[in-house]
Amino acid sequence: MVQSKKPWVAWLYLAPAIVLLLVFTAWPIVNTIRMSLLEGYSTAGEIAGKTFEFGFGNFAKVIDYGQFKTCLTNTILLCVLTVPISTFLALLIAVCLNAIKPLQRLLQTIFFLPYVTNSIAIGMVFAAMFNIVGNLSGENPLIVTAGIINEFLALFGVAPVDWINATSTYTTNMIVMVVYIVWNALPFKILILLGGLQSVNKQYYDAAKVDGTSRVRVFTKITVPLLSPMLAYVVITGFIGGFKEYSSIVGIFGEDMGPVGAAGRLNTMVGFIYDALGNHQGRASAAALILFGIIFVVTLINLYVSKKKTHY
Amino acid sequence: MTELEKFLLEKKLEREKSRQRVVRVVAQVLLYVFLITMALIVLFPFYWMIISSLKTLTEYQQSPPTFFPKKIIWGNYAEAFHTANLGKLFMNTMYVGVVSTLLSLVITVISAFAFARLEFKGKNALFAALLGTMMIPGELFTITNYQTIYYLNWQNTFTVLIVPFLVSVFYIYLLRQNFLQIPNELYLAAKVDGTSDLKYLWKVMIPLALPTLISITILKMMGAWNSYVWPNLVANDIDHRMITNGLRNAFTDANTQSTNYPVQMAAVALVSFPLFLVFIFLRKYIMKGVSRSGIKG
Repeated sequence: MVQSKKPWVAWLYLAPAIVLLLVFTAWPIVNTIRMSLLEGYSTAGEIAGKTFEFGFGNFAKVIDYGQFKTCLTNTILLCVLTVPISTFLALLIAVCLNAIKPLQRLLQTIFFLPYVTNSIAIGMVFAAMFNIVGNLSGENPLIVTAGIINEFLALFGVAPVDWINATSTYTTNMIVMVVYIVWNALPFKILILLGGLQSVNKQYYDAAKVDGTSRVRVFTKITVPLLSPMLAYVVITGFIGGFKEYSSIVGIFGEDMGPVGAAGRLNTMVGFIYDALGNHQGRASAAALILFGIIFVVTLINLYVSKKKTHY
Repeated sequence: MTELEKFLLEKKLEREKSRQRVVRVVAQVLLYVFLITMALIVLFPFYWMIISSLKTLTEYQQSPPTFFPKKIIWGNYAEAFHTANLGKLFMNTMYVGVVSTLLSLVITVISAFAFARLEFKGKNALFAALLGTMMIPGELFTITNYQTIYYLNWQNTFTVLIVPFLVSVFYIYLLRQNFLQIPNELYLAAKVDGTSDLKYLWKVMIPLALPTLISITILKMMGAWNSYVWPNLVANDIDHRMITNGLRNAFTDANTQSTNYPVQMAAVALVSFPLFLVFIFLRKYIMKGVSRSGIKG
C-alpha cells in the first residue's frame, strides 16, 4: 500500500459512489425506519403538513392485516417447498454430471440455460403450457385446448386439471409456481455444486476405492461433507431469493398475483410491500423491515446449522 | 494351491471383474438416461415457445397438439413486433442498458481502485459499511427511492431508470479483489517512473482485470433487459417503457380466450433471443460472474 501524499485524492475517486450511496442506500435505510415508526405515515400526508405520532402502530397494522398473512404464508410455503426440492435435484444432477465424460459440457450448458432468461417472459411460456383455453365454470364446460401439460397428463388417463384459470384451486396454483421456481432455481445451484465437486481432491476418492468403500458410503461420507460449504451457500441464497419471490408470480399470473376471480391469492411479502408503496409508506416500511428481519433470522439459523454441519 | 483351485479362483475373479464391468456400464447408461431426461425437461419450455410461435392459432389450439408446425407462420413475429411495439421498447432498453453500464463501469473502477491501492483514514470501516448494505433486501430501499424520485421530479425519465442503480457494492467488491491480486510492485514502479494514477489504472489495471469488467458489463446489460419492478413503478409511459414491462403489459388479457398465443409466444421469443445469443458467445464470463455473486441479472 502507498500512503498517498494527498489523501483527498482517494475521496475524490470515491465521491461519485459515496454520493449515490448516500442518496439511494443510506438515506433509505434511515428513512424506512423513520417512516415505519410514525403512526399511519404517508408521503402525501407529510407534504400536506400533517404530523405523525411516534409508535409501533404500522407494525401492528401490518401483522393484523389479512392480506399480510396470505402473503407471509405464500412466501414461507414457496421457500419451504422450492429450496429443498431444487437443492436436492441440483445436487443429483451435479453429481451425475461429474460422473460422466462425453457430453458433459453440452449438458452443463443446457442446464445453465434457464439462468439467462427473463423470468417474466418465460413465466408467460409456462402460463401458456398450463393454460386451459375454454370455459370450465358454468353449466357446459367447454375446453378448446387443455394445454400441453394437460395433454401430456392425459396420456396417463388424468382428466384435465385447471391449473391457473378461474376454477383453479390454491393447490394447483402452488404446484405451478413450485415447478416454475424450481426450474428457474436449478441452473445457479447446479453451477455452484458442480464447481464444488470438480474442485474436490481426487485423492479422497482414490483412497476410498482402495478401501473398497461402497458408492453410497462414498457419497454420504466424502462427497456431501466436502461439498457442504457449497450446499450451505446455495441453501442460504435460495432462502434469501425465496423470501423475495415476486416476479416469477407476475410472469405466470400477471400483476393481479392470482388467477381470474382470486386476485392476490398468490401475493408475496414483496408484493405486499409494492401494494402499499404508493399510498401507505408507513405500512410498506414496516413490512419491509419485517421482511428484512425474517431474512436476517433465517440466514443466521442457516449459518448456525451449517457451521455445525459444515466441514471446511 | 492346486491347479484346480487356481483355475477356480481365476474364474471367480474373472466373473467378479465382468460383473463389475456390467454394473459400471449399467450405471453409466442410467446416468445418461437421467441427465438427458432432465435436460429435455429443462429445454422443453424453450422448444414449446418456439414451435408455438410458428403455428397458426387454429393449429395451436388443436388437440392432440402437434410437435412441429404444419405450416410455419413467420408472420407471427412481425405481428408480435407491432402489437407489443417491440422496436421502441428495444431502443429504450438498449439506451438505459448502455448508458447505465458505461457510467457504472467508470464508478466501479475508480472506487475499486481507491479501495485497493490508496491509503486513507477510515478505509476499512467504509468498506465494511458498504459490504453491510449488501445484506439488506432491495425492496427496503425502493420505498424511499420511490419517494425521492417524486421529490426530484424524475418520474417517467430515463434518469430514474439509470441513476439509482449505478453503484453496485458487489461489483466494487469483485473488482477490488481482482485489483488486489495485481502486485503492488507494479504500482510502485509506475510511481517511480512518474506515471499518474489514472494512466496506471488505464494501462495496467484495467487490462489485467478485463475478464471481471466483461462479466460486470454482461450482468449489468442483462439486468436492464430483465428489469421489471422498478420501471413498472416509476417509468411506465410509452416513451420510457422497458422491454419486459412492455411484454407483460401488451398481453395483459392473457387469461381470456381472445389471446393470440402464437403471437404472444413470438413476442416472448423475440425478447429471449438476444439473451440466448449473449449466452452462447459469452457463457464463460456469465458463469464466472454468476458463480461469485448469486444474484440474478
